[in-house]
Amino acid sequence: MPTVGVKRDLLFKALGRTYTDEEFDELCFEFGLELDEITSEKEIISREQGDSKASGASDTILYKIDVPANRYDLLCLEGLVRGLQVFKNTLEAPRYRRVSPSSGEPQKLVITKETAAVRPHAVAAVLRNITFTQERYDSFIELQEKLHQNICRKRSLVAIGTHDLDTISGPFTYTAKPPGDISFKPLNQTKEYTATQLMSLYKTDSHLRHYLHIIEDKPVYPVIYDSNGIVLSMPPIINGDHSKITLKTKNVFIECTATDVTKAKIVLDMMVTMFSEYCSQPFTVEEAEVVYPDGKTYKYPELAYRKEKLSSEFINRKVGINESTEKIAQLLTRMCLLSQATGVGDEIEVEIPPTRSDIIHACDIMEDAAMAYGFNNIPRTTPRTYTVANQVPGFSSACLMCCSQEDIAEKLAKKISETKAVHISNPKTAEFQVARTTLLPGLLKTIAANRKMPLPLKLFEISDVVLKDETKGRHSTFFPGRCAEIFVRGKSVGRLGVLHPDVINRFELTMPCSALEMDIEPFL
Amino acid sequence: NWVMADTGVVETLLRLIEKVDDGVDSLEVAASLGVDHQVIVGAVKSLQALGDIISAELRSSKHWELTEEGTEIAEQGSHEARVFSSIPLEGLAQSELMKLSFGKIGFSKAMSNKWIRVDKSHEGGPRIFKTVESIDDQVREKLLLVKKANTAQLEEKEKNELKKRKLLSEVTVKSYWISKGISFSTTITKQETELTPEMVANGSWKEKKFKPYNFEAMGVAPDCGHLHPLMKVRTQFRQIFLEMGFTEMPTNNFIESSFWNFDSLFQPQQHPARDQHDTFFLSDPALAHEFPQDYLERVKKVHSEGGFGSQGYKYDWKIEEAQKNILRTHTTAVSARMLYKLAQQKFTPVKYFSIDRVFRNETLDATHLAEFHQIEGVVADYGLTLGDLMGILHQFFTKLGITKLRFKPAYNPYTEPSMEVFSYHEGLKKWVEVGNSGVFRPEMLLPMGLPEDVSVIAWGLSLERPTMIKYGINNIRELVGHKVNLQMVYDSPICRLES
Repeated sequence: MPTVGVKRDLLFKALGRTYTDEEFDELCFEFGLELDEITSEKEIISREQGDSKASGASDTILYKIDVPANRYDLLCLEGLVRGLQVFKNTLEAPRYRRVSPSSGEPQKLVITKETAAVRPHAVAAVLRNITFTQERYDSFIELQEKLHQNICRKRSLVAIGTHDLDTISGPFTYTAKPPGDISFKPLNQTKEYTATQLMSLYKTDSHLRHYLHIIEDKPVYPVIYDSNGIVLSMPPIINGDHSKITLKTKNVFIECTATDVTKAKIVLDMMVTMFSEYCSQPFTVEEAEVVYPDGKTYKYPELAYRKEKLSSEFINRKVGINESTEKIAQLLTRMCLLSQATGVGDEIEVEIPPTRSDIIHACDIMEDAAMAYGFNNIPRTTPRTYTVANQVPGFSSACLMCCSQEDIAEKLAKKISETKAVHISNPKTAEFQVARTTLLPGLLKTIAANRKMPLPLKLFEISDVVLKDETKGRHSTFFPGRCAEIFVRGKSVGRLGVLHPDVINRFELTMPCSALEMDIEPFL
Repeated sequence: NWVMADTGVVETLLRLIEKVDDGVDSLEVAASLGVDHQVIVGAVKSLQALGDIISAELRSSKHWELTEEGTEIAEQGSHEARVFSSIPLEGLAQSELMKLSFGKIGFSKAMSNKWIRVDKSHEGGPRIFKTVESIDDQVREKLLLVKKANTAQLEEKEKNELKKRKLLSEVTVKSYWISKGISFSTTITKQETELTPEMVANGSWKEKKFKPYNFEAMGVAPDCGHLHPLMKVRTQFRQIFLEMGFTEMPTNNFIESSFWNFDSLFQPQQHPARDQHDTFFLSDPALAHEFPQDYLERVKKVHSEGGFGSQGYKYDWKIEEAQKNILRTHTTAVSARMLYKLAQQKFTPVKYFSIDRVFRNETLDATHLAEFHQIEGVVADYGLTLGDLMGILHQFFTKLGITKLRFKPAYNPYTEPSMEVFSYHEGLKKWVEVGNSGVFRPEMLLPMGLPEDVSVIAWGLSLERPTMIKYGINNIRELVGHKVNLQMVYDSPICRLES
């Protein structure tokens, strides 16, 4: 679950009232959020780096709120406040509009064909006459980071770049060039670097080094220029220093480059719906045009409002309540889904705003109605499903299914190729290299880890092993002359015997050990 | 472990006790017989093992002893006396005196006793001379008294002074006050431990003495097998599901394709859970190839284009991703297979459950293992509501003794609505999460071919968490895996989940 950190007092100021921690916790519960932690910057630094480093830090109370993974509209203070206020009926949801520039042509972003091999898509928009304060600016940067981690899948699917429009001039070109041919002064640096140099420079940057792999080995790197050859950004790594946003910035150019265009549009919509609140004409976003290599032009942001029709009977039936059509329309409106009874029977027309990309089916709308009604207000009923039960014969135990390759092979004096084991390609430790083919290593390891127990120790396990094929009995595990194969009705079902001292040593045991392993499936 | 005492000592001791009316002190006995005290103690213990022949009362007494230094002085004289005797008629240079081992301490003591004097202005440095002809080394004499065990002749004050100088120490000595027991006799007879068939047959038991039972001793624990607490809790959950009319799903395939584990559940291919860090991918066998083709096409379409009333995710769905084999991350993959199978015939309502292992490639800590058991319940029927899901959860948890439930809106890729289930923990005085639940999305059910008015509700929880709470285990590694604490397995009581 993504976590959003907001200053408690700012939050309460925007909500128009204060809450006790318990009251706010309760509000979060109803809304599907979780108040995970109440802390302060000072406390966080103290915990992570020690008290001395925390001495100058802020005491301001921070709320850490867990937000559902598909609610991109709740990832910043602005969105949380809006959502909660509409939920509590203290605010009407704003209407977001894309507008043409008051004068002149819209900003243009032209994509060249070179990007196709590395990062083919882009979208763009303008926030006109915006006013930043330190808090708004911090929130603006933080939302980009959250979106990058979340829907953008760590910048691999989408990368966001924001620029001070007054420092650059369009039309902008989005192209891709060999790294040696790209040269610019990146954000927070004092001199120019080539892209090749930047790859080395950022190898030690704790934040940026995780994104280098996305383009590192490509023959060409994505890059956006303005009409004077100034580099806006080299997605998905870093923006140019020239166009960086400051508290004084009044006009913002946002570009999102991507490998998934659907997500790029959602991300752009999120950025602009959240922060257009601070434009002189609130909730308006100036359009930008994106031209693809084939000549097709698209206007962004989409800011689409989608309409869906459903019946109140559908909602009532699925949730298990009995509310009027009007009441249901009101419940949905409280979830930012502006709804109205159409007058045709019990039909409701629901308008899905651009902030709710998580609504993709009528069942999503139904859940929102249930949330607004209050999950814990829904009467609990018993399904009348009549069924007769059946069991599956079988046994289980608590030894682990996975182990190291050594455990089922070398330690038992076998060759791994003969074990027909299933191999795991991305184990975090050696303990997860294979799925076990025999129960013996698990038991021997349990004995080795419980040496303090008084003797005799007798352990059993009746459970599953994972085999690609039948495994033939191997006698090298046992002491020569002291082992036997077990036959039932002419078929071998297992073996028993005294373990070979070498096997005992490899499992770090000291006492003599006898073992029996048998396949019980023939008996079930 | 007592070595059986020398019978000679035992019998001598018994005869000594016979002669007196009250009793004897073991230390005195040891002194009079000229043996080490421990020999007498050994004899006492052997006699005690045979029954009530003697009564032995443990006593402790204090007793003065010379320290090592004290012993040295008793032999060689006190430091100050030795200083005195080392000064010749013509005197001794102070520097020379200080070189002697007893010089420093002896000098100041001899000075305060006025046995010597210092001439500081002597040529050749300060010189020491005797002031008296002879002295009494009282310290040595006192110590000798103690050595001879005549401490009574010294006053308390004198003893404490010597203790201060670390020449004497007070030692606590334990001894026994031994007197006649109930069954006192000067002859030792062997006691029988068991009644044997021969004794019964020939009546010899009448003449035998039997060793009394020690009711304080613990009995020998009978050898028995032990069930792991996780399995005990699992059995209880199984019982609950069966009582509610649920049929067990076959969950013996730990290896699953991404298709059944993720895609059929409408979990998109770029979802974080499908990352390398959350899922175990197989290198061998790496890919699955057998899928019901028509169904696969419908799944592909609903992901990439939408349909069945949905907008879909609108991304490029790739068969290569769906083919990747993994260790299943949830048993919901099995539920998907079962529901698909159900959809291929005329629909009948079903209630399914499973309790089996799942695998997550997670960072391990005290409460998370990479393998754990998932409990899952599924109900498919016409017209099931969210209220029905809450009702059945209420029934299920009541059988666990949990009656106070609250539901919180949550998010799962494959259910909508989704609810986290919370119960009130009386001990912690707060609401704690006990499970997750939801209604399967139409995008999952409709491509399978299930009728449109059929709803499928489901819920799940882990087996480890309630087991850890029930048995008070804080570290999951002590519960599962080869580091399991076997002592805990032996000790865990019968699982009754309602308590």
